[in-house]
Amino acid sequence: MSDLETFRRETRAWLEANCPPEMRRPMTSESDTYWGGRNAKFSSEPQRVWFERMRDKGWTVPDWPKEYGGGGLEPAEHKVLREEMAAMGVRSPLSSFGIWMLGPALLKYGTEAQKKEHLPDIAAGLIRWCQGYSEPNAGSDLASLQTRADSDGDDYIINGQKIWTSYANYADWIFCLVRTDPAAKKHDGISFILFDMASKGVSTKPILLISGYSPFCETFFDNVRVPKSHVVGQVNRGWDVAKYLLQHERAMISGTGERGIGRPLGQVAADSVGSDDSGRLDDAVLRGQIAAFDIDEAAFAAVAERAVDLAKAGQSHPAFSSAMKYYGTELNKRRHEILMSAGGIDALEWESERSRGGARPRAWLRTKANSIEGGTSEVMLGIVAKRILDLPGA
Amino acid sequence: MPLVLTEEQSMLRDSARGLISDKAPVSHLRSLRDSKDETGFSRELWKAFAEMGFSGLLVPENFGGSGLGCVEAGIVMEEIGRTLMPSPFLSTAVLAASALSRSGNDAQKSAHLPRIADGSLLAALAIDEGAKHRPLQINLQAVRSGNGFKLNGAKALVVDGHTADLLIVAARTGGAAGERDGLTLFLVDPKARGIAIERTVMVDAHNAARIEFSNVEVNADQVLGEVDQGGALLEGVLNIGRGAVASEMVGLSEEVFGRTVTYLKERKQFGKLIGEFQALQHRASQLYIDIEITRAAVLKALQTLDGDFEHAGAAVSVAKAKAGTTATLAVQEGVQMHGGMGMTDQFDIGFFMKRARVCQELFGDSNYHADQLARMKGY
Ligand SMILES: Cc1cc2nc3c(=O)[nH]c(=O)nc-3n(C[C@H](O)[C@H](O)[C@H](O)COP(=O)(O)OP(=O)(O)OC[C@H]3O[C@@H](n4cnc5c(N)ncnc54)[C@H](O)[C@@H]3O)c2cc1C
Repeated sequence: MSDLETFRRETRAWLEANCPPEMRRPMTSESDTYWGGRNAKFSSEPQRVWFERMRDKGWTVPDWPKEYGGGGLEPAEHKVLREEMAAMGVRSPLSSFGIWMLGPALLKYGTEAQKKEHLPDIAAGLIRWCQGYSEPNAGSDLASLQTRADSDGDDYIINGQKIWTSYANYADWIFCLVRTDPAAKKHDGISFILFDMASKGVSTKPILLISGYSPFCETFFDNVRVPKSHVVGQVNRGWDVAKYLLQHERAMISGTGERGIGRPLGQVAADSVGSDDSGRLDDAVLRGQIAAFDIDEAAFAAVAERAVDLAKAGQSHPAFSSAMKYYGTELNKRRHEILMSAGGIDALEWESERSRGGARPRAWLRTKANSIEGGTSEVMLGIVAKRILDLPGA
Repeated sequence: MPLVLTEEQSMLRDSARGLISDKAPVSHLRSLRDSKDETGFSRELWKAFAEMGFSGLLVPENFGGSGLGCVEAGIVMEEIGRTLMPSPFLSTAVLAASALSRSGNDAQKSAHLPRIADGSLLAALAIDEGAKHRPLQINLQAVRSGNGFKLNGAKALVVDGHTADLLIVAARTGGAAGERDGLTLFLVDPKARGIAIERTVMVDAHNAARIEFSNVEVNADQVLGEVDQGGALLEGVLNIGRGAVASEMVGLSEEVFGRTVTYLKERKQFGKLIGEFQALQHRASQLYIDIEITRAAVLKALQTLDGDFEHAGAAVSVAKAKAGTTATLAVQEGVQMHGGMGMTDQFDIGFFMKRARVCQELFGDSNYHADQLARMKGY
């Protein structure tokens, strides 16, 4: 225990000494984060400094083994680091699908050669990844995917279309689900494969979202040639890898540990709504909504903490990430509804310096995707019903 | 502190569950209700509780108890919630034991705590006077008279008030209704002259009483803690009670939910098990998630009470508010998903609904605690 206290003290001191003040404010938009990759640019000097210091310490991926570019931290130390970063309001130095999704899947299912090839590049932010799961006719029903990979000697030839591929136009590599056995039952003929987005035959087309951004694309594969050695896990058993990766994606989207940073909602609301003589928010119904939200958020923070502790104690249910994903995303949507309502007319501004480019309404619109991406709320509830509650039916 | 039970705590839970489910299933409450039992709980069972050490859980070891904490008290409360066992555990072993051990002087402690631990003394905390829980609105007057005080006023809902051997009465010795200063707690003998106790038959068939005080004389040595300084003590004891009731609601919610899921897997309509209907599946899943979140929030509050007592208010308000909302949803969904069966007295599910309503009101409902949290956060 005292070892952990020492670690906490040292960590705090290191963060104090190394994190530039500009990086100690909550992010306001997605462009505040550094995504890495071959064509990456830093949006500011402090962002670069912060990223490089964390990378050198292995703390872009604090819990990965050191040999793969990680920090080699024990779970308890990792928790301390997250707590200290949250307490200081420190930004994470690198946003990355490689860290959140592919990395954990490679650590579990990858060959040694695959781990050596990809993990250190992810940790160092050298390669930016995208996720090729969804197709026009395979969203919630992901296992219906039709993108084919046909065997050709030591290679596969890949043909088909993906959709909703986030940042496909900026990504260097893709982790992709393809059908390697069209004759098998739908879950049994899928493989999980990695390839370079610069390969011949790959093209992307951005899709504009309601938030005014176009963070995702339609992605087309026209006779893309990929070595068979790029399959992760067993051929035709890609569904296992895909599901494992989804658990991590869902945990990430549920936003555990990310929230609660910044000013309390009630005070943000008081800025625009005002307070009455006794210091209470001058809109009783809104005040009640915020208080109810704060209760749910605090309770959610407790369950997130407990989920980690249960996992450590070997008592967690593998499908619990779906429960977390459902609750965390619905909560986040509520938070942004309240922020819009609290901001009133000011929150409606879409383009101006003062509104930081309409940051608040754009963020509000972005959160509507939280209960869709990575599996919809309805799908999460279905998983809980079947896998945890063991309710009957297809 | 990890948010999971330790091995000792799991053992405590197992032994509490064993005793309670064996000796006091819901049918136990039902038969007490149906026979209009005068005591409203089983003294024999309370003796068994004492023998297992439950009544002395929060009593310090040097006064005959086991000196455990709020997490342990919550564990027992959760099991009580599962079967709705009526018992003086909350009033005596939780509220009175913590009030006395936190603020009693040596004479008061040695007079009462060993008897709480051995199960021979029952106590009750008398606070609320109006329809809603408003501890600062206490208006029962305690006016100095001779060497002591005279109490005048009334209490509206005193849990286990009609069987208590000792009342802990919150009164106003100064200040005005709404103020925190000027509150004082008194240890009062319920048989003292001027006290009228009326057992109220409540919706949930648990024990509570209305108590009137007219010119009740108490001595100075019956003051618990300091005169006029009872506000903080009361708030602290109430927070322990809130954590305990929140635990009871977790147990109650989980039990009612478990029974409902079982029913979804048994009942057939339209040639299918009703649990195959997605509309019901999704509602069941949502409720499951709410219960898991509530469990975590309640455990967090109990751990905070044991670790950082002075600053536990926010965590306690979160737990009590969340538990109240979840329990309300759990019993409503429970009855709804049982269809007509859920509405029959013959079926147990209604007992949970009634108890949940009472637990909501006890020591502040979800709205009260949402308001508290907002104040603590400064909006
Ligand atoms: C911002 C964003 C980023 C994304 N990024 C990526 C990415 O990088 N890579 C990628 O591969 N995909 C990505 N996606 C795609 C995402 O995974 C899918 O949108 C999602 O799985 C839902 O599929 P769908 O859009 O086809 O909706 P559909 O499956 O068509 O669903 C439509 C509606 O029907 C409901 N529904 C469907 N099936 C059921 C059922 N069995 N029971 C009850 N209701 C049901 C859904 O809940 C939903 O409400 C992203 C999506 C968004 C919004």
